[in-house]
Amino acid sequence: MSKKNLQFVLLFLFFISFTKLFAAGEKPIKVDWSFKGITGKFDRSSLQRGYQVYNEVCASCHSMNLLSYRNLGEKGGPEFSVDQVKAIAANFEVTDGPDSEGEMFTRPGRPSDKFVSPYQNIQAAMAANGGAYPPDMSVLVKARKGGADYIYSVLMGYEEAPAGFELEDGVYYNKYMYGNKIKMAKPLAEGSVSYADGTEATESQMAMDVTTFLTWASEPHLEARHQTGLKVIMYLIILTILVYFSMRRLWSRIDSKE
Amino acid sequence: MSDNYVPSSKFGKWFNDRLPLLSLSAHLREYPTPKNLNYWWTFGGILTFCLVAQITTGVVLGMHYVAHADLAFESIEHIMRDVNYGWLLRYIHSNGASMFFLAVYIHIFRALFYGSYKSPREVIWIIGMLIYILMMATAFMGYVLPWGQMSFWGATVITNLFSAIPLVGESITTWLWGGYAVDNPTLTRFFSLHYLLPFLILGLVILHIWALHVPGNNNPIGIEIQKPSKDTVPFHPYITIKDLFALLVFLIIFSGFVFFSPNILGHPDNYIPANPMVTPSHIVPEWYLLPFYAILRSVPDKLGGVVLMFASLFILIALPWLDRSKVKSAIFRPIYKWTFWLLILDVSVLGYMGAMPAEGTYLLIARVATAYYFLHFLVILPALSSVEKTDPLPLSISEPVLKG
Repeated sequence: MSKKNLQFVLLFLFFISFTKLFAAGEKPIKVDWSFKGITGKFDRSSLQRGYQVYNEVCASCHSMNLLSYRNLGEKGGPEFSVDQVKAIAANFEVTDGPDSEGEMFTRPGRPSDKFVSPYQNIQAAMAANGGAYPPDMSVLVKARKGGADYIYSVLMGYEEAPAGFELEDGVYYNKYMYGNKIKMAKPLAEGSVSYADGTEATESQMAMDVTTFLTWASEPHLEARHQTGLKVIMYLIILTILVYFSMRRLWSRIDSKE
Repeated sequence: MSDNYVPSSKFGKWFNDRLPLLSLSAHLREYPTPKNLNYWWTFGGILTFCLVAQITTGVVLGMHYVAHADLAFESIEHIMRDVNYGWLLRYIHSNGASMFFLAVYIHIFRALFYGSYKSPREVIWIIGMLIYILMMATAFMGYVLPWGQMSFWGATVITNLFSAIPLVGESITTWLWGGYAVDNPTLTRFFSLHYLLPFLILGLVILHIWALHVPGNNNPIGIEIQKPSKDTVPFHPYITIKDLFALLVFLIIFSGFVFFSPNILGHPDNYIPANPMVTPSHIVPEWYLLPFYAILRSVPDKLGGVVLMFASLFILIALPWLDRSKVKSAIFRPIYKWTFWLLILDVSVLGYMGAMPAEGTYLLIARVATAYYFLHFLVILPALSSVEKTDPLPLSISEPVLKG
């Protein structure tokens, strides 16, 4: 590579590294996620456990408006069986209607329904949470700098506030949260859930599982993306090599004239 | 050449006499191209590909997108989740914008290094700059469409710039917004214009290539073609295959972004639905607009900042008349060569400062870099034209290059 090419490459790297240089405050814990890297996939059982944590802990305040119960059974996700998905959906009461009388009614949920929200609206959510709105979690992992690492870190980042650190009522100290203040009480404690598959529900296990679940919720086609990407790039590399040699052969006519 | 092209079939001749498309095609194939072009010259083809890719993916995305303040964010997520290969289309389109700008910056700096804007190619350069300005407008409006936090606040900051215009500023912003704040009418008109502008760009690209085909390509040593038979090769197959090879390499990098880090060039805040009541801590535009954002913010006065920002763009249009040196290629310009790299450094620094908060040392550096930007174009280049002692030029493209 010539010096000039190198300079351009460096310049380009300089540009794309901006996002990295922003990071303010404590760096999130680096986790070796199964979905990281070019062949990264979700750990299926972790996704299923993660849904359990979401459902039993987070869902009492956090909505996931963009997801439907059917998503839980789709390829590349937690891949619950059709019957499991139906059973999960049926646990929820969904308001439907109006019926032929013009009345709204409730019925058990179906796989095609969106996740039922814990609150009627944002105002109700804020009123119940001391004025803080628990954000919708559908794309939360993509909406935070640091992504999955950051979410995991916040879940694990509850500590005693250092001496002299002022905390208002209903505000908690968190090592990784921006400004170190968070309005959510520590959500996970040893044994918060009892895992159906017998896995020990330690704090970090639950944090890992629910973060994996939230990452899938943000990027439901991540596995397909990685798989397609590998094929596309392999194809392009082979084609590039073929075109390179064709080019050399064609240009040899010109070069040999000199 | 193609002017004397006669189609071999009878029907071909009949048709070509009425609409000379076959002659055009023959011209494009035979177009004599300097044989010494390096890979920096392949970005024209790459850019054409980018434009076509953006239009194609954009048209399909437009079938599923809903331009409404209450529905836009969800419709994008609908594309990402439920539309077949919607995630692929959308990631190609959003990363495609960045790739488009990456390629256009290389293309522009190539022109700067090899003096491609000089006589007789001024019109190509001016059309190119118009394309670049339209690209920025299109990209900016496209970034607003997902109606995330950065969309909304980016739109607010940029449209507010026009309020700095004396007397009519306020009326202009109201007119741009379609109301008294960025809201649904702003979104719908941005969508409409975002769909329209790429076709204007396409038209200008055709003019850009047309204007290129009159004098022909510049080349790395920057002297004109003397003997077409010795100095040039037909565009097809020699340049087509070289462009194809470069495009494929470019596509590998492009795919790396699309498939393996599709969100690295975007801002996480844009996955938070727009909320007029909550201002993000830092409002930053996409990376390709950062240098101009830094210039804008480096002036303490709002109007001054706006004027300087637009001046930094329009000054480029005047470039062929600011740089009067007869020698095109920086290879033979020992001093210009250095100022070229300094300019690249300067623009990179501006880009970096554009992403930082406008305060303290950052602001100071941004001001110095802004001053240098204008110094480069308004003082250094005109001065170099008379001061610089250039190296001797080779006799022709095919002659052995003199030791320079």
